[in-house]
Amino acid sequence: MGRGLGGRVTSGGSRDAVPGAGPPKMAVCIAVIAKENYPLYIRSTPTENELKFHYMVHTSLDVVDEKISAMGKALVDQRELYLGLLYPTEDYKVYGYVTNSKVKFVMVVDSSNTALRDNEIRSMFRKLHNSYTDVMCNPFYNPGDRIQSRAFDNMVTSMMIQVC
Amino acid sequence: MSPTQWDFPVELCCRPMAFVTLTGLDVVYNAVHRAVWDAFCANRRADRVPISFKVLPGDHEYPKCRPKRTSYEWYIPKGILKTGWMNKHLNLVPALVVVFYELDWDEPQWKEKQSECATRVEIVRQSLQGRNTKVAVVLIQKKTPLPPGEDVIASERAAALCNACELSGKSLFVLPHTDHLVGYIIRLENAFYEHAQTYYYTEIRRVKSHKEFLNKTTHQLLFVRHQFKIAFFSELKQDTQNALKNYRTAYNLVHELRAHETNILEIKTMAGFINYKICRLCFQHNTPLDAIAQFRKHIDLCKKKIGSAELSFEHDAWMSKQFQAFGDLFDEAIKLGLTAIQTQNPGFYYQQAAYYAQERKQLAKTLCNHEASVMYPNPDPLETQTGVLDFYGQRSWRQGILSFDLSDPEKEKVGILAIQLKERNVVHSEIIITLLSNAVAQFKKYKCPRMKSHLMVQMGEEYYYAKDYTKALKLLDYVMCDYRSEGWWTLLTSILTTALKCSYLMAQLKDYITYSLELLGRASTLKDDQKSRIEKNLINVLMNESPDPEPDCDILAVKTAQKLWADRISLAGSNIFTIGVQDFVPFVQCKAKFHAPSFHVDVPVQFDIYLKADCPHPIRFSKLCVSFNNQEYNQFCVIEEASKANEVLENLTQGKMCLVPGKTRKLLFKFVAKTEDVGKKIEITSVDLALGNETGRCVVLNWQGGGGDAASSQEALQAARSFKRRPKLPDNEVHWDSIIIQASTMIISRVPNISVHLLHEPPALTNEMYCLVVTVQSHEKTQIRDVKLTAGLKPGQDANLTQKTHVTLHGTELCDESYPALLTDIPIGDLHPGEQLEKMLYVRCGTVGSRMFLVYVSYLINTTVEEKEIVCKCHKDETVTIETVFPFDVAVKFVSTKFEHLDRVYADIPFLLMTDLLSASPWALTIVSSELQLAPSMTTVDQLESQVDNVILQTGESASECFCLQCPSLGNVEGGVATGHYIISWKRTSAMENIPVITTVITLPHVIVENIPLHVNADLPSFGRVRESLPVKYHLQNKTDLVQDVEISVEPSDAFMFSGLKQIRLRILPGTEQEMLYNFYPLMAGYQQLPSLNINLLRFPNFTNQLLRRFIPTSIFVKVKLSNFLLFKFKVLKTNRLLFHVNFTEQYFETNSDSFAFYYMYLAVLLFISIVTFYRI
Repeated sequence: MGRGLGGRVTSGGSRDAVPGAGPPKMAVCIAVIAKENYPLYIRSTPTENELKFHYMVHTSLDVVDEKISAMGKALVDQRELYLGLLYPTEDYKVYGYVTNSKVKFVMVVDSSNTALRDNEIRSMFRKLHNSYTDVMCNPFYNPGDRIQSRAFDNMVTSMMIQVC
Repeated sequence: MSPTQWDFPVELCCRPMAFVTLTGLDVVYNAVHRAVWDAFCANRRADRVPISFKVLPGDHEYPKCRPKRTSYEWYIPKGILKTGWMNKHLNLVPALVVVFYELDWDEPQWKEKQSECATRVEIVRQSLQGRNTKVAVVLIQKKTPLPPGEDVIASERAAALCNACELSGKSLFVLPHTDHLVGYIIRLENAFYEHAQTYYYTEIRRVKSHKEFLNKTTHQLLFVRHQFKIAFFSELKQDTQNALKNYRTAYNLVHELRAHETNILEIKTMAGFINYKICRLCFQHNTPLDAIAQFRKHIDLCKKKIGSAELSFEHDAWMSKQFQAFGDLFDEAIKLGLTAIQTQNPGFYYQQAAYYAQERKQLAKTLCNHEASVMYPNPDPLETQTGVLDFYGQRSWRQGILSFDLSDPEKEKVGILAIQLKERNVVHSEIIITLLSNAVAQFKKYKCPRMKSHLMVQMGEEYYYAKDYTKALKLLDYVMCDYRSEGWWTLLTSILTTALKCSYLMAQLKDYITYSLELLGRASTLKDDQKSRIEKNLINVLMNESPDPEPDCDILAVKTAQKLWADRISLAGSNIFTIGVQDFVPFVQCKAKFHAPSFHVDVPVQFDIYLKADCPHPIRFSKLCVSFNNQEYNQFCVIEEASKANEVLENLTQGKMCLVPGKTRKLLFKFVAKTEDVGKKIEITSVDLALGNETGRCVVLNWQGGGGDAASSQEALQAARSFKRRPKLPDNEVHWDSIIIQASTMIISRVPNISVHLLHEPPALTNEMYCLVVTVQSHEKTQIRDVKLTAGLKPGQDANLTQKTHVTLHGTELCDESYPALLTDIPIGDLHPGEQLEKMLYVRCGTVGSRMFLVYVSYLINTTVEEKEIVCKCHKDETVTIETVFPFDVAVKFVSTKFEHLDRVYADIPFLLMTDLLSASPWALTIVSSELQLAPSMTTVDQLESQVDNVILQTGESASECFCLQCPSLGNVEGGVATGHYIISWKRTSAMENIPVITTVITLPHVIVENIPLHVNADLPSFGRVRESLPVKYHLQNKTDLVQDVEISVEPSDAFMFSGLKQIRLRILPGTEQEMLYNFYPLMAGYQQLPSLNINLLRFPNFTNQLLRRFIPTSIFVKVKLSNFLLFKFKVLKTNRLLFHVNFTEQYFETNSDSFAFYYMYLAVLLFISIVTFYRI
């Protein structure tokens, strides 16, 4: 119940879960944000305060906006979609990624998870992007609607820390 | 302990400066001393050396120096750093004591003064017993000293004084009290500064010298202490680089200490101090990244050193302080010129500080929830004898005890209880809010609007916890719209929930209703049970009853709130609240839709209002009214709850006035538009929906325009994008998403039921009165009144056309410039059903080109709409494009009397003017007459009668005229001579008798007139006959003022014999004429070359025969004698030369010059017959 204890319990739990559960599960919150900055999809570890992650994702858009506007001048084809670390907090790291259609992906990772390198984050985002593209390809999906796809859900689950 | 226990001590946070005391100055009563002191301490600018001065009496007791320890072997330190140590070296133990003494070099009682001075120095030395503090003497002198070496007495006495005071020469100064006091003072303090630096240097050496006696087992604390001291002395010495280095070492040493629950606070406290110093120095050295790195390391190392679980809030307090202090340092550095960025600015540290403060509050809440009966322990375990702790970070009840085992668990318990009870009194919210507002200020600066909003939400929530609901509501209300506009409904719902609690607790009716409306709406993510609770409350409020309290509210606050609500009920006052919904997402949605984008004035305007409720239970509304830009329609579009008296109707409207969740309710309205509004837009400006009634409380939801709220535009966009097929609904039900708001419609005039025909014969001819017949026929069922015709050039075309187009109703007279281009509102009168009316219109177009003509017929008709009689104004218009062309082309040419083309004419010599009028009109033209108006310079040779009167020209036909003119010599006129005008009067052949004739004036071209010296004309018959005399007379006129010598010769021709002068030379006087008579005798028939007349003017060599030939004929037709001709013919017949014969006939026809022609023709016919008979034979 002490501050910080909660975080440790979660990450500790995940580490215990990893060996049996295949590839390491890493993110604590994954969000997809529309071009107009409203959430299309947001999921966080259920054990923790969901609202906290919502706020965290929302505030990270400040940095995303700033990065996008700075990037605006660069040529379209040279543009890097991965925005890198948006901002660090005491307990979490927030990473961002923006598609060419200005849909943003935000991923929150536990700060204690040092095993996670930039490259892994990048590839996770790429996987997410692919899955999102699949969602968009669904003729029954109306761009701009909240994402309610089981395939996408499963993909996100595979990237999230699993709590036993 | 004070609530500022966690604040860093002042002596840690200040910039350490060398401490120098000044003695012997009487700053109160001595003006000179006062001036000296002011010069030292007043207005110290940054460029002065960093020294802190203090005036003390000469006999001031300085802190005693502890006797030097010879061995550390048995010494066990009791703590890391004494609380008084920093202050001691900043403010108590000077680096230098300066003795001020008034003494001039020429002092008469020198000996006495010298020994008094020495005594004073001695007293100072006494009180500094054992310290390395330097002593210096400053002599305050009245006289300006001479340059060094010149004043022998001075140097002698100075040496003596130094000796007496046991001072080195470097420690004796002279301060002349003259005009340049500040300059002397600055030099003095620079010298003091050097002394101070030497002092601190020796202090550092002294502390370092202790090191070798220490051992790592018992003296761990001393390692840290000494290292800290060295660093601190370095700072005093202004050697910040070494200070930083030593602090870093000290920091590492702190973490090497063995930590235990009992000493963890001391370690953290010291670590915090040293970290603060390091960060501060890093910022000072402009290496902010080092500072940040150090801070991160510090936090990572200390984060988990929580210490006693019962006092874990202390750790959070400490953490919060660490972040806050770093934030302050960062902010300070920014003020001094450092640039921060969006992702690395002090705001993050304040935010984190606030976070730890919140955590502290949470822990304090759980750990310090002792019963009210638990008394604060007596005696106070937190009280110490001196009132302060000996060492930083130790517990007051076990100071200096290093053992990790608790010797007295009971005492420990009491101490902890005391701390917990103290913590209970801390106003955490205040701390949190301060930190949050610091962070907000920073994030505002670094373009983080969302972070700012988030922190403001936290502030609002904190105010809520602190029971300051007004401020809470203000903050929450301020940020709500940010979350709403970005569509973060989860966050918005959370904020709204808190806001609803605040408004409940304050019994703020309007806010309470507003937040309820939105929490019930589709943007809310609340569960249904919550929603139905809120809806129930809302209905209660509307019925003027108290709502149930919101869950999780403070019990005391709820009690107060319930009283407030009870007061609200009894309070009479305005109970109608109008809430504009465009800025939020209420639970009733509204869309207004006109059935059509435009309505004819003779049909009723119809529109639907769609309503949909998103709340969990059905809700009734009491009134719906629609407002328009023309407020006169408002009265027709109101649905109101039937009054109680009219119960029959009530049942009817019941269903209508009830909104069932999820069902779209459609309400149809219709009204008759006013005829004045034809051509105008009718717009729904607002829709008002009243919930509750006026006897209880009434809430009016006000939609601007045709409905829609903060979220609906995005929804409409999504719905428009969607390809989803909506499930089929029963009739008269619609899908909400498929309804598109149409908030305005146009009122257009009634459809006309008349026909307008135009009859005309295009194209129009320039300047003619072009006739346009307009036929209007009424197909209406009733009589139409006030029929008016507007006709003419359609407005909005080229402005020049307006000038050159004229319209009139009267074709009998030619219209001029004063006639308008458009005739407006020509009254035609009334028309009965089926009646037809014709109107002639004449248009005169002054220029060619195409024009658009408008024929516009308007009328009034009475009609009935919805049992309402209205007068409609209808109109019908026709447009026609008419091309205007020139009626004919006129070509004019000048030819000689021989019909040869002339490019110039010769003075006084007749020439011909030929006009050629080619009809270009597709319609037959009648040339009424033509007239040649000659310019004054031209004269006519014969009558100028028109030769084309009443000629009718079909398309492509032309009419030519020929006039013989003559032009007198006018000298050399540039550009030629004006000829005059050719005036043609004409009209269409088809035009009626009374249509005026149009006169077209054509300006004839100018002609170049040239003078010739000699004019020759010949008089000769039009033809000759073989072997018949042909008299020819040549007139030679001298046109010059000179006597002309003329050589004339006649060259013989084969076809002629002639008599007359063959060659002659003669003179012609000016202005006179010479006649030459010849008799030619033709020998051959046909066109024959006349014997050519050659004239040679001796004075005018360029008068050539070429020119001459223009005037006189060169050949003549010679006919055969009739008898000879017939003989010849027969001979031809005999020779059967048919071909020749035919040729001959043809040639013969060409000679039709006069009445002989008939005769010849007759012969020819004869001849022809004979030829034919010959062939038959």
